[in-house]
Amino acid sequence: MRKAFIDELIKIAKVNRNIVLIVGDLGFSVVEPFQEQFPDRFFNAGVAEQNMMSMAAGLASEGCHVFIYSIANFPTFRCAEQIRNDVAYHQLPVTIVAIGGGLAYGNLGYSHHAVQDYALMRSMPNMLISAPGDPMEVRACLRYLTEYPQPSYLRLGKEGEAFMHDSLPNLEPGIWKKISKNNKTASKAIITTGNGLQIAAGWQKGGRYPDFELYSLPLWGMSYKKDQPKQIEKFDQIMTIEDHLLDAGFGSWLLESLTTTPHLMQRISIKALNPIVCGLVASQSALQSKGGLS
Amino acid sequence: MKISSKELSKNIRINALKMVTKANASHIGSALSIADIVGVLYADVLKIFPRNPKNPCRDRLILSKGHACVTIYAALAEMKFFPKKNLETYGDDFSLMMNHISHKVPGVEFSSGSLGHGLPFGVGKALYAKRRNLCWRVFVILSDGELNEGSNWEALMFASHHQLCNLTVIVDYNKLQSLTSIDKTLALEPLSEKFRSFGADVVELNGHDHVMLSQVLKVSGINRPKVIIAHTIKGKGVSFMENQVLWHYRSPNNDELLQAIKEIESENA
Repeated sequence: MRKAFIDELIKIAKVNRNIVLIVGDLGFSVVEPFQEQFPDRFFNAGVAEQNMMSMAAGLASEGCHVFIYSIANFPTFRCAEQIRNDVAYHQLPVTIVAIGGGLAYGNLGYSHHAVQDYALMRSMPNMLISAPGDPMEVRACLRYLTEYPQPSYLRLGKEGEAFMHDSLPNLEPGIWKKISKNNKTASKAIITTGNGLQIAAGWQKGGRYPDFELYSLPLWGMSYKKDQPKQIEKFDQIMTIEDHLLDAGFGSWLLESLTTTPHLMQRISIKALNPIVCGLVASQSALQSKGGLS
Repeated sequence: MKISSKELSKNIRINALKMVTKANASHIGSALSIADIVGVLYADVLKIFPRNPKNPCRDRLILSKGHACVTIYAALAEMKFFPKKNLETYGDDFSLMMNHISHKVPGVEFSSGSLGHGLPFGVGKALYAKRRNLCWRVFVILSDGELNEGSNWEALMFASHHQLCNLTVIVDYNKLQSLTSIDKTLALEPLSEKFRSFGADVVELNGHDHVMLSQVLKVSGINRPKVIIAHTIKGKGVSFMENQVLWHYRSPNNDELLQAIKEIESENA
């Protein structure tokens, strides 16, 4: 996903001179091609996330679309107030790019586990969450975010994610993208965001949940709850999958979207990480297994 | 006719006092301490376009100590960014003029309230201007207590590294925080040396001396950000408010308002 991100960003930056990339002293062997091609639009802010975020807001207030690149918890929790007050409240086009969403950096320890990041981001009314499930969705999300610049959070995995799309998908916020290749509509659906797509696809490949359609929802946030009941009511059963804690995560967001249609709530079941993983150190797959996503 | 900085500062003080009294709002001591700085900036230094507040050529002023917003609102009204009667809405429910500075008010660049945000935001703007060879300047007003926040030092490090000479930081050094003095909270001295060691061009002056303020504010740093340590008096201009922690949080009653206005008018007569 990191490579798809930087390749696509370079493509976009070639035609959009307002694109700026700021890194928090991270991105070795990933960001250099951008730096080489656009030295005036690349900054290493150093290990100083609070300044990095407010400074990005300052640049964005003059017309730049600023991408901030760092490992998941650093450009989020470390500077939550800067995101809330300076970026989201002022409605400025800053895209926070978090590498290693979920448990991608499993062996690096709890400081590097991003399992509460949706909770933070989805509590801000103006924040668009962008959690692509494969490299094609990364490119599609980037195109959407640069076509509609706004406060946004791009949550990426690390590397090695399988391709789920044959071509670049058209993505719209709040609208589920069908991944299953059959033409008939089933009565059950799995809805994923981010790396949940990889997990769900692995399960189906292994023969689990064969009667569920698979969907991805990479673009979502507080503003798009209103679009959910209509999509949910087409199915008798919905399962959400996410590599995030249940509390204030993606499945909870979907449930909250049904407060005006409570009869639909019982159709939802949520597969998220058990908080028992918090503080444990292991590989991504081992932690996911321990947390109930196996 | 152009308003003098002295006249502007006097009007700022009077209007600030009226606003906080009517709204029963706080922070008048912090507002009065920067009235001279703000008066000199708007009367003599800033390139502004009241009929087109977003003119790209304008200088950018960021009030990081957002709790002192009445000084900026009053200054903007005096400079005709909006009618003076709008100041009467300060503190009303749903008024654009919130009790911490709001970017929704014409002429205001940035909403602040949480401390330690204004300087990093200003650094972003200064970086933009420098990279595009634009000639406007960025001014950031910080409180002294606000220097407790590490984000300021992160920002200053970045600004010096990138030689942001178009950035001018003004520290309102009134030496009082919200509970007691700076010295008894988290000592800042030696402050000049701290700023110099972070790579800034540092000037110390009396923050109520209009001539000095005007001279120093008109000149940018040379290949580095400029920091002006402005020694001020919290509550300046009103005898019973000067140097009193009480007026960080308290608002005047009507009798105190009348007394305060009388003192300010007589001092500047």
